[in-house]
Amino acid sequence: MTTSATSLDKRLILVDKTIAVHGNRRDALLEILHTAHNVYGFLDKKILLHISEKLRIPPSQVYGVATFYNYFKLKKPGSHSVTFCLGTACYVKGVEEILSALEKEFNVKRGETSSDGKLSLFVTRCVGACAMAPNVIVDDEMIGKATKEVVLERIRKILESERVEA
Amino acid sequence: MKPEEIQKIAETEHDLRMSYKYRINVCCSSGCLPFGAQKLLKAFEDTIKELGLERVCKVARTGCVGTCSVAPVVLIDPGNHLYQNVKPEDAKKIVQEHIINGQVLEEYLYKNEAYFSKQYRLILRNAGKIDPLRIEDYIAVGGYSALAKALTQMTPEQIIYEISLSGLRGRGGAGFSTGQKWNFVAKSTAKPKYIVANLDEGDPGVFANRTLAEADPHAIIEGMTIAAYAVGAEKGFIYIRAEYPLAIQTLKKAIEQAKSYGLLGNNILGSTLNFDIELRLGAGAFVAGEETAILSSIEGLRATPRPRPPYPAVSGLWGKPTLINNVETLANVPLIILNGGTWFSKLGTPKCTGTKCFSLTGKVKNPGLIEVPMGITLKEIVYEIGGGVPDGKKFKAVLVGGPSGGCLPESMLSLPIDYESLTQAGAIMGSGGIVVIDDESCIVDTARFFIDFCMDESCGKCIPCRAGLPKVREILDRIMLGEGKVEDLKVLEELCYLIKDASLCGLGQTAPNPVLTTLNYFKQEYLAHIVEKSCPAKKCILKKVEVVKE
Repeated sequence: MTTSATSLDKRLILVDKTIAVHGNRRDALLEILHTAHNVYGFLDKKILLHISEKLRIPPSQVYGVATFYNYFKLKKPGSHSVTFCLGTACYVKGVEEILSALEKEFNVKRGETSSDGKLSLFVTRCVGACAMAPNVIVDDEMIGKATKEVVLERIRKILESERVEA
Repeated sequence: MKPEEIQKIAETEHDLRMSYKYRINVCCSSGCLPFGAQKLLKAFEDTIKELGLERVCKVARTGCVGTCSVAPVVLIDPGNHLYQNVKPEDAKKIVQEHIINGQVLEEYLYKNEAYFSKQYRLILRNAGKIDPLRIEDYIAVGGYSALAKALTQMTPEQIIYEISLSGLRGRGGAGFSTGQKWNFVAKSTAKPKYIVANLDEGDPGVFANRTLAEADPHAIIEGMTIAAYAVGAEKGFIYIRAEYPLAIQTLKKAIEQAKSYGLLGNNILGSTLNFDIELRLGAGAFVAGEETAILSSIEGLRATPRPRPPYPAVSGLWGKPTLINNVETLANVPLIILNGGTWFSKLGTPKCTGTKCFSLTGKVKNPGLIEVPMGITLKEIVYEIGGGVPDGKKFKAVLVGGPSGGCLPESMLSLPIDYESLTQAGAIMGSGGIVVIDDESCIVDTARFFIDFCMDESCGKCIPCRAGLPKVREILDRIMLGEGKVEDLKVLEELCYLIKDASLCGLGQTAPNPVLTTLNYFKQEYLAHIVEKSCPAKKCILKKVEVVKE
């Protein structure tokens, strides 16, 4: 890894701090990946290699762990994200319909980011607010008992306001 | 800290609690927070301050009350008055009327008596009543007195004897005897020993463990510490889903508090017990909740299960004896220590004692988190607590036990909730998910949804699960497209039994359950897709529409 450019990176310092807290222990790999994921928003090859070096774990193993767990994203997400709960209760209450409507309107597939980098659509396995199903999370705001109209409207507004600002 | 000091804190805190005429409990759990609970809490605090009622009325943040469908909720004591859908701007009116004038506001009241009358809130007794972020609140209601009793008056053998006597069984789903499990670990001679509290609630549609951690985290810590003393462990891990940020924060804080009170650490309560707890975050792998996969995950590896034997009781974390219990199981422990194993054994049914928490969701009028005595029937849960199917729709099935559970029809609703009955019916207790579906849901589509989930979550280690589940899905896809053949059903069944019999871990062994139970109870609906090329729920778009009727 090219240390000169990244050693100044404050985020990397946070990752290294976590590694140090765990005494470079290999079994803390998940904890360290969590920290890296939190500060960068996703895990790219550079940071995975850095962790591999620090913990003296083969890169293949670090990559294997990072890809095994759904929580970790390996690609940079868009500036806005919509997360759909695909838990059983949300599924039964028709979250799929809302998801398909968004995919169609904004031309983005689930798990992907729009070509302009503005919008990502994610699915998750249950956010645990099943009594309010279906649940959709727009950026950090949770919309309970969501409908296609409400979610579409919200995202149109967000994207529109950005366009105006620009 | 000494055991007497616990008693003293309890008395002081209890007196403090009693000094208030009213207590406004604002539910600030994951169910209510997204709907403005934090603002509501502040609104009540501000109002009480504004009106100078600080000495009369205590405003407290609490965990989940259970009525998540009418969030945010507020519970006012004395009298257990539950107000629903409360908005910050309602706070003034409620304080004015209820606290100052002593008038209950009927229009906000949650009036569904049946929702609570059939429940038995044992594990959730403190949920909605205490501030989970204050250890003193827990001590005030008798918290940590079980630990004090265990450490001062009981030997490890006596504790295990009481747990065995109670008949407590693992709440993670498998239902193994907790006393027996503890005994195995206690008898292992290797050192050090570990305890793992399983809070990897990966089942979609289930949030019982999260609620417990958010509402009463110290019950889990106390249970774990008693277990540590009983089996001789020095280190514990709580393995929790990363998707539960509030539960993580709550547990973190609770562990810190317990440490500062000397309830974790060295020489706990003046005894020889040294015990510490560390949190470990999962990262969205369903299989990590499996008993041996959780060990791999804590060791920083991919969460793949290991063959048993050796059992974790003999060779678990880093090859050392490890006790793995679900957090709900552990939360029962303090109660058993305080009231005795015999007391607990009388709750529920003779073979299946105590209570069980369920997340009741899907097409029911009153979804939420419930706790019921074992032995209650599905019918009571769906119709009396849940209030039946809303919007005049027709009940179709109830999915019990998560994605690897079973899909049971109306005729099975008289089934009592216990491990044996559910397994016999083709379902499982699982971690406590009950999802009701109505006639708008297609049975084949539902089965496919679950297979899709398990396929996605299969760790890929053993072939029956990794290769078998995609095959099952292929057939289901075909049926849903109207391209199925009658022979497919036989192949489907054979394939499912093969996966069940040959898979290494619980995921593969139970993944075919939704298909097998739907084939068993809803064969007509499969046949409708295959023979009549029509979907009774009108959900599937079948390619070849052949008009058979009329």
